[in-house]
Amino acid sequence: MKIEKETVKYIAHLSRLDLTDEEIVEFTGQLDNILRYMDQLNELKTEGVEPTSHAIEIKTPLREDVVRNSLSQEESVSNAPERKGPFFKVPPVIETEE
Amino acid sequence: MDYGEFEGVIGLEVHAQLLTESKLFCGCSTKFGAEPNAHTCPVCMGLPGALPVLNKKAVNYAIKLGLALNCTVNRKSIFARKNYYYPDLPKGYQISQYEEPICVNGHIYITTGNGKKKIRIRRIHLEEDAGKLIHEGTIETSSYTLVDFNRASIPLLEIVSEPDISTPREAVEYLKLLRSTLVYLEICDGNMEEGSLRCDANISVRKKGDTKFGTRTELKNLNSFRYIEKALDYEIRRQIETIKKGQQIIQETRLFNPDQGITYSMRGKEEAHDYRYFPDPDLLPLIVDEEWIETIKVTLPELPSEKMERFVQQYNLPQYDVEILCSEKELANYFEETVKLYPEPKAVSNWIMTEFLRELKETDVPIEKVKFRPQHLAELLYLIKDGKISIKIAKDMFPELFRKGISPKKYVEEKNILQISDESLIKQAVEKVILGHPKEVEEYKKGKEKLFGFFVGQVMKETKGRANPKLVNDILREKLKKQSE
Repeated sequence: MKIEKETVKYIAHLSRLDLTDEEIVEFTGQLDNILRYMDQLNELKTEGVEPTSHAIEIKTPLREDVVRNSLSQEESVSNAPERKGPFFKVPPVIETEE
Repeated sequence: MDYGEFEGVIGLEVHAQLLTESKLFCGCSTKFGAEPNAHTCPVCMGLPGALPVLNKKAVNYAIKLGLALNCTVNRKSIFARKNYYYPDLPKGYQISQYEEPICVNGHIYITTGNGKKKIRIRRIHLEEDAGKLIHEGTIETSSYTLVDFNRASIPLLEIVSEPDISTPREAVEYLKLLRSTLVYLEICDGNMEEGSLRCDANISVRKKGDTKFGTRTELKNLNSFRYIEKALDYEIRRQIETIKKGQQIIQETRLFNPDQGITYSMRGKEEAHDYRYFPDPDLLPLIVDEEWIETIKVTLPELPSEKMERFVQQYNLPQYDVEILCSEKELANYFEETVKLYPEPKAVSNWIMTEFLRELKETDVPIEKVKFRPQHLAELLYLIKDGKISIKIAKDMFPELFRKGISPKKYVEEKNILQISDESLIKQAVEKVILGHPKEVEEYKKGKEKLFGFFVGQVMKETKGRANPKLVNDILREKLKKQSE
């Protein structure tokens, strides 16, 4: 699969990343290389093999429904680039209402 | 609602917030109303390296609903990442289920004007809720948005129906049944105003008899039964008008404005979504074995649909009564306990549906906390039946009985309002009235028969409204007849 510049622009947009023209060229090459490397897997015959996303055959562990202490409010927001009191502060979100 | 040669095709997506103590993948509390970001941790805020561990009770609840809605519970289901960027989503993806949800292929039967109708359930899946955004000022002037992640990762079940619903009325019936099923199962509080139950709808229209679907629109955020019915009706009519004008329906997301009663397009603000779902590498497949399902099966209570059927059979009540009585488990219990003490179901139902529900609404008390218990209601009904009080007096004193939880028997004894059924007492009152109104008696004898009502009124006044009306009629008629002879 060949990665085009347009694909990189599209993915960057979905990820809300603002890339320069140079970066687009750079990442197009990088992503193309990575996918070409992965393409080697297509040489394997996988007919009759059930798809999986894990290498090990175990089931997901479960926890009982018990409340544990959360972080303190202060700790929760302490790494925020911007905050207002106990809230995270982010650029204005244009709501979809009228 | 008649759409002429057209019919609506509606599928509903319902999100139900689950009543677990802790979040879906971490131990943070789900309690409502905490200080902002007080219920957050590295897992639900998506800090690097934190790993999700699935809440077993949330899975139990999903299985419970799946069984109640006649679904196949998948022995293996997987969690997927739904990728999109929005500030209410700390990880940049929502953990949901995509290709292999926990429950599939169910159905329920709703009651329509033409009898029962089967609505198929396509799937039920587990997913996490997003955080809450608070906008400062108005949207135009707002210079920033605040984020509270307390709600992030609270467990939700998404219930997706097949497009088997044809009218807004059916949509409401379906939702009501789904809501009461969730509440009966005690897995969701069903509160639409507070957002514990949310509904989106996919709608298209087609000519009756067509089998092909038309282009559909999606209606979002329908947050009360009333809005849902109005919004769907408006949208179906809008689509029919558009088609009649020879225009195309645009596939888009629309919102309902309850003040104007119209739906409007979100107009391109929402681009075609590309969620790039893929299996979440942090979560292994969820395996549910036969034994697990069996342990859940034995805990299933009688479901609303089963209860309604039984009420029709056992108590011989009309569908209307049954739907109201079974809308809440506690109300149905209240009814049944009263009938055990006073075995006349229709009389009990009449009182519950009128006086009882009116007071319940006015006092806004949950049924289990109402002081006026089934034994009180039964007592009141016996007082009426035995002719000790009239229906009118029973209704007059009901609000006070209800609010204070007083025994009706004690109440009427203390207030001295027992109905007078003692014939000699009534005779005395009648004689007094006849003697006191010679002129009217004269006119009555001459044939002015409508004066009879006047005499009844006077006797009731004499007895402060407590005389048994039937006895008053009988005695009065007899005495007046004697006068005429």
